Amino acid sequence: MKSLEELKEIRDKYKNEIQIRKKEFREEEHIHKAHVMVCTGTGCVSSGARDVVAEFNDELGSRNLEDEVKVVGTGCHGLCELGPLVIVYPEGTFYSEITRDDVAEIVEEHIIDGQIVERLLYEDKSGKKIAGYNDIDFYKRQKRIALKNCGKINPESIEEYFAEGGYEALGKVIDELSPEEVIEMVKDSGLRGRGGGGFPTGLKWSFAAGAPGDKKYVICNADEGDPGAFMDRSVLEGDPHGIIEGMAISAYAIGADEGYIYVRAEYPLAVMRLKKAIIDAEEYGILGDNIYDSDFSFDLHVKEGAGAFVCGEETALMQSIEGNRGMPTPRPPYPAVKGLWGKPTNINNVETLVNIPYIILEGPEKFSAVGTEGSKGTKVFALTGKVNNTGLVEIAMGTTLREIIFDIGGGVQGGKEFKAVQTGGPSGGCVPKEHLDLSIDYESLLDVGAMMGSGGMVVMDEDTCMVDVARFFLDFTQSESCGKCTPCRIGTKRMLQILERITQGDGQGGDIDLLLELGARVKETSLCGLGQTAPNPVLSTIKFFRDEYEAHIYDNYCPTGSCDELALPYWIDKDICIGCTACVNECPVDAISGERKEPHVIDEDACISCGACAEICPVDAIFQK
Amino acid sequence: MAGLAKSFGSGAMTNSIAEIDDLDVIFVTGSNPIENHPVIGSRMKKAVKNGAKLILADPRKIELAEEADVFIQQRPGSDIALINGMMNVILEEGLQDDKFIKKRTENYEAVEDVVSQYPPERAEEITGVPAEDIRRAARIFAKAENGAIYYAMGVTQHTSGTANVTSLTSLALLTGNVGKEASGVNPLRGQSNVQGACDLGGLPNVFPGYQKVIDPEIRDKFAKAWNVDGFPDEPGLTVVEIFKAAEKGDIRALYIMGENPVISDPDQNHIIEALEKTEFTVVQDIFFNDTAEYADVVLPAACFAEKEGTFTNTERRVQKIEKAVEPPGDSWPDWKIIAEISKRVGYDMDYDNVEEIMAEIAELTPIYGGIYYDRLGDLGLQWPCPDRDHPGTKFLHEGEFARGKGKFYPVHYTPPVEEMDDDYQFIMMTGRMLYHYHSGTMTRNSAAIDEFESDAYIEISNEDAEKLGVENGDRVKVSSRRGVVETYARVGDRVAPGYLFMPFHYAESPANRLTHDALDPEAKIPEYKVTAVSLEKV
Amino acid sequence: MALIKINGKEHEVESDLSILEAVRGEGYEIPTLCYHPDLSISGGCRLCIVEDVDSGQLITSCSTGVTEGLEIKTASERVERARRSVVDLLLSDHPLDCMICEADGNCTLQDLAYRYGLNESTLGSKIDPRFEIEHDNPFIVHDPDKCILCGRCIRVDNEIQCSDAIDFINRGFTTRIAAALEKDLGDDDSTCVFCGQCVEMCPTGALTYKPSIGEGREYNLEHTETTCGYCGVGCKLDLKTRGNKVVEVGSIYREGTPNPVGEACVKGRFGYEFIDHPDRLKTPLIKDKETGEFNEASWDEALDYIGDKFNQIKEESGGDAFGALCSARCSNEDNYLMQKLMRAGLGSHTIDHCARL
Repeated sequence: MKSLEELKEIRDKYKNEIQIRKKEFREEEHIHKAHVMVCTGTGCVSSGARDVVAEFNDELGSRNLEDEVKVVGTGCHGLCELGPLVIVYPEGTFYSEITRDDVAEIVEEHIIDGQIVERLLYEDKSGKKIAGYNDIDFYKRQKRIALKNCGKINPESIEEYFAEGGYEALGKVIDELSPEEVIEMVKDSGLRGRGGGGFPTGLKWSFAAGAPGDKKYVICNADEGDPGAFMDRSVLEGDPHGIIEGMAISAYAIGADEGYIYVRAEYPLAVMRLKKAIIDAEEYGILGDNIYDSDFSFDLHVKEGAGAFVCGEETALMQSIEGNRGMPTPRPPYPAVKGLWGKPTNINNVETLVNIPYIILEGPEKFSAVGTEGSKGTKVFALTGKVNNTGLVEIAMGTTLREIIFDIGGGVQGGKEFKAVQTGGPSGGCVPKEHLDLSIDYESLLDVGAMMGSGGMVVMDEDTCMVDVARFFLDFTQSESCGKCTPCRIGTKRMLQILERITQGDGQGGDIDLLLELGARVKETSLCGLGQTAPNPVLSTIKFFRDEYEAHIYDNYCPTGSCDELALPYWIDKDICIGCTACVNECPVDAISGERKEPHVIDEDACISCGACAEICPVDAIFQK
Repeated sequence: MAGLAKSFGSGAMTNSIAEIDDLDVIFVTGSNPIENHPVIGSRMKKAVKNGAKLILADPRKIELAEEADVFIQQRPGSDIALINGMMNVILEEGLQDDKFIKKRTENYEAVEDVVSQYPPERAEEITGVPAEDIRRAARIFAKAENGAIYYAMGVTQHTSGTANVTSLTSLALLTGNVGKEASGVNPLRGQSNVQGACDLGGLPNVFPGYQKVIDPEIRDKFAKAWNVDGFPDEPGLTVVEIFKAAEKGDIRALYIMGENPVISDPDQNHIIEALEKTEFTVVQDIFFNDTAEYADVVLPAACFAEKEGTFTNTERRVQKIEKAVEPPGDSWPDWKIIAEISKRVGYDMDYDNVEEIMAEIAELTPIYGGIYYDRLGDLGLQWPCPDRDHPGTKFLHEGEFARGKGKFYPVHYTPPVEEMDDDYQFIMMTGRMLYHYHSGTMTRNSAAIDEFESDAYIEISNEDAEKLGVENGDRVKVSSRRGVVETYARVGDRVAPGYLFMPFHYAESPANRLTHDALDPEAKIPEYKVTAVSLEKV
Repeated sequence: MALIKINGKEHEVESDLSILEAVRGEGYEIPTLCYHPDLSISGGCRLCIVEDVDSGQLITSCSTGVTEGLEIKTASERVERARRSVVDLLLSDHPLDCMICEADGNCTLQDLAYRYGLNESTLGSKIDPRFEIEHDNPFIVHDPDKCILCGRCIRVDNEIQCSDAIDFINRGFTTRIAAALEKDLGDDDSTCVFCGQCVEMCPTGALTYKPSIGEGREYNLEHTETTCGYCGVGCKLDLKTRGNKVVEVGSIYREGTPNPVGEACVKGRFGYEFIDHPDRLKTPLIKDKETGEFNEASWDEALDYIGDKFNQIKEESGGDAFGALCSARCSNEDNYLMQKLMRAGLGSHTIDHCARL
């Protein structure tokens, strides 16, 4: 491909083919009778999406419909819990939890007869069946920029990416804009780093652009390591070309001719799709020498990381690419000046990069129209924990926590009370319910002791012990510490030991102050972001839930009953007990005694608080103290 | 050193160790710096880490091969053909440094003539090295901004040793890689003061400072200074010649200081015969070494940690040694013993300390002319240092060679004296290893080192070992025309099939019982690197 | 040059220095564990932090360059509190056995504990070792429990010795330093060549020289700088002696020497035990021609005997009947006198040595 014009020709050819998926063209004639979009993200694949695809192909083939109906594997739609997801166009009907047994019915009724299969539709909180993809609460409140192609196109088809306007931004940049102008546009958009730091992206680019050196690199940080997070994975799997285009634009802007995508080896599907996307782009001449017949050349490599959490830290990541042990190095020197192999290097996260083509094509004004004063655009979150709709959501900056958790997420599971939400991954902080109306932006989250991070969002209900939550996250970060700097290596270990003794009932007076002191020192003196943020869950839970810590330490009591060693014994209300002896038989430690038909008693010293008795009791006479 | 002296006029390392940091191409041949000059070896590895290219030519796949951009595994004794092949490529492709050749060299035409007869394909036949590797190596070296050659005994311990060296000097002259900083032809000297022993007249043909004994003016100068009537006008005998003369009875008295020829010299059986034949032998050492057995008088000497003095290192740097402990028992520093003997043969030597000796050296030795103890300080001084104000010389031949112009000495390949035949199917090389040193007097008496590396061994290729049914650690018998030695087999890929390598440090398995004493005609160095042997499992 | 303010006082310093170099150069003290001038910057120990007045941040002075107008505090309460906490953490994972530690008196951690008045960690003491001591080779003992993971050993191994024999392994609190496959340094899979530079770099007692154990601590030893007696490189070495015995060989770090950053090899580092070997010759010996046995003799007896024989042979056969080998392992002065004896005293040029061998 030699020019933007050539690209546009190809685009227009494929555009017709995918028009069927656009609402605005719904009523028009299409090349195909229908498009069956089956999500083939990691989540849906693990719940059987590949079988569903195969079954559709078989079924359509046996009815000689294979030319009329196109089956497309797509990237993630976000609502992974309900997978495999199938969307049928032109109607845009959203089917969830589809198995291969449902396929014949969809083909028969929906595709052939034009009747929506009611029983396979998504059901909302109130039990109402909803057919339209965009009518579902989970989706209708989202604002999709980063994820705009995820689920909408076949990520393994560069042509579908072309059809959505792919690589036009790169062409525009090369044809029309100087590197300085590109950087200005990114600055004007207000885009900030989505990997956690929130550093203004345009400014970061300008540093690398301004650093002297003939050889420069760009790196995409796709080493998503937060437990439960899959924002990057979804983009990698669902829109690999979006990342490649973003990287090529950043390379053009800073003067780099080579790039690396550092991706977790634990994401085999992402790695496969990236590699295919690179080969396809090379074949079209969009990567390699003299792109669009210009002086700009760009080679891109995929480097698979070995799965160390700390390799998401950019200096450690570069060490890892160079073949060294992934250990952070002090900054300065910043990567922009002295990065990969000592050359000026620009590193951006997946989500940051995938926003770039949008900014270039749609203009920075359109991007910055979304969001708050200091935080522009959207942010993708992985919503997990005790929330009804777990999954991937992209919201406009400034959306409140309440909207995400209750409107999009459908509220807390089992109707339980909301307690807190952990944002920012394992080194983020817990935000309690009094801050539910907090606007989601970089500053507001920091103000309450949490952070944006890369977009983890774990919802906790009333049964969650906040000391245990702190222990859980710290256990993760301390075992992922690279071991290089003293405060992170030993400080987090000592903090963890204190949390462990508190949750085991051995907390000591002064432990809270010790945690606060150690936490402050570790934050202040650690080498990299991992150590500097590791104490956050501890500090924020102490800040908002100090009484829970105190209950553990001074009252020997875990208010939520989560900490086994601190669970309170059970007792039997003798007024209710009917002496059926069911509980006696159930008790694993023979702590219950009593005559048949007489009220029973529990030996508190022997009771291990397992709750088996309370569960078996036919008259609900057993309670925990 | 003879080859270097012929070409350049001086037989020492042309450049300094520190200049390795600034090289862009390092050509190492016949030298195993990682084991024998470990600090230089590490410095080379560091240079490679920092981007320098490394060409390694060695019959053994030594550790440095892992770092090499081109690793050439030539047959032992085929060096001339290899270097001629490289020069052929350089001339064929016009990569020579014409400006340098014109301005600073002579006899260039002769080299063109000889080298034209060694296209890489012919060199491949002789050396066993793929022609393409010879081409690659030649191009890399010729294109170097700062290229330097490092070599050691692997080049010199051949009957063609001097010719091997002049091949290397020709290569350096041809590419202009000598006479400037970070370049040169650099023989790595294997012993702490081998440079100094040569510098200060420990050779049969020269007085201190390489002043020739055949030069009557020089003889006069020394006669006057030393207050004697005169000296023989012909050079004396070299080490191998000494033992041959002793065997014949021509030498009646031997005075051996700090040497152990029974282990270190070629053809052990003949050395022992010569020692037995010698009427009166004095051995002066720190231990009762293997040679002391054949002495009439054994004198106890102080070791380097027990006396003061100076050593001259491989880069011509004169540095002090200091006394850290008292010598054991009644042992004395060597210089004091010599002075006492001298007194008894009627020639008084009157020195109170080593400083006075060095002052006398400075007066009589132009290259040491400015080297006095009070100037040696923290860093020593590198000769040539002609006078008290001279700062010493970091690299040689700047602007002009010591002999004026650098002279090309083109040479043709000649095969080694011994070759494989039906009785002796292997060619054995000898050499050193990391953990031991020379005849082992020091290292084998250092408990930690000898504990770690206590057994003698011979390196044999996987292929040959399999053929002979030899496994790693097996006891094997190695025989040559001169003797038989038992040792342990070390099986691996360091040597090519048909070749063996044996360190010579071990008195219980003396490699030099097998070697022969055929000499390079000029340097009189024995051909340790090519001995025909047979090997069998015990 | 850059004008900077240290603890409120103005100083003009070279502008290409790190803050650490500049501040130390001006005579202020900054403690460090992982820093070494000959190694790359690690920034891991966090002791060199100073307070950047402008940003209010604590920054590592080793890794940050000076800039015009920089203002820092090197020992503010905040800085000292942070440093103390680092030392406190290190002590919480370090055995308190200084009284029997080889590094006693030569241990930076010990100095820091002293500086901050910590006779044990406020976070509790390490009672049980977490690791096994590695000592299956005759040269180097590695006690990972005493290791503070400054990584200087790794950097000297990778950057100067270039053996790549050791690296960090594991993560978090279980991080430690190990050779290939977590085996001993002397194992067949190890690329360690026992140059000992890691031991020289170790700021604690985690790495020690095995032959030197029990031979005395730093404060018991005397130092003699000399030139190595092995190969021709001519490394400068520090012979450490106690009484009349060489008990350890240390490094000399000086630009311009053949081994400017303290390099050595196994021979230079460990090949000193021969000096004190019981088999050393201690007295002249004369062979009994009848029995072939050697008998001890006085210097006068031996020298007179030699003198008589030499004179006799010289008289009978002249200088040509003499041959001498001088030595590549003896000093310049020894060799000079030897050839002078041969040439001037006995009239022969037949002197050579093993330069060719």
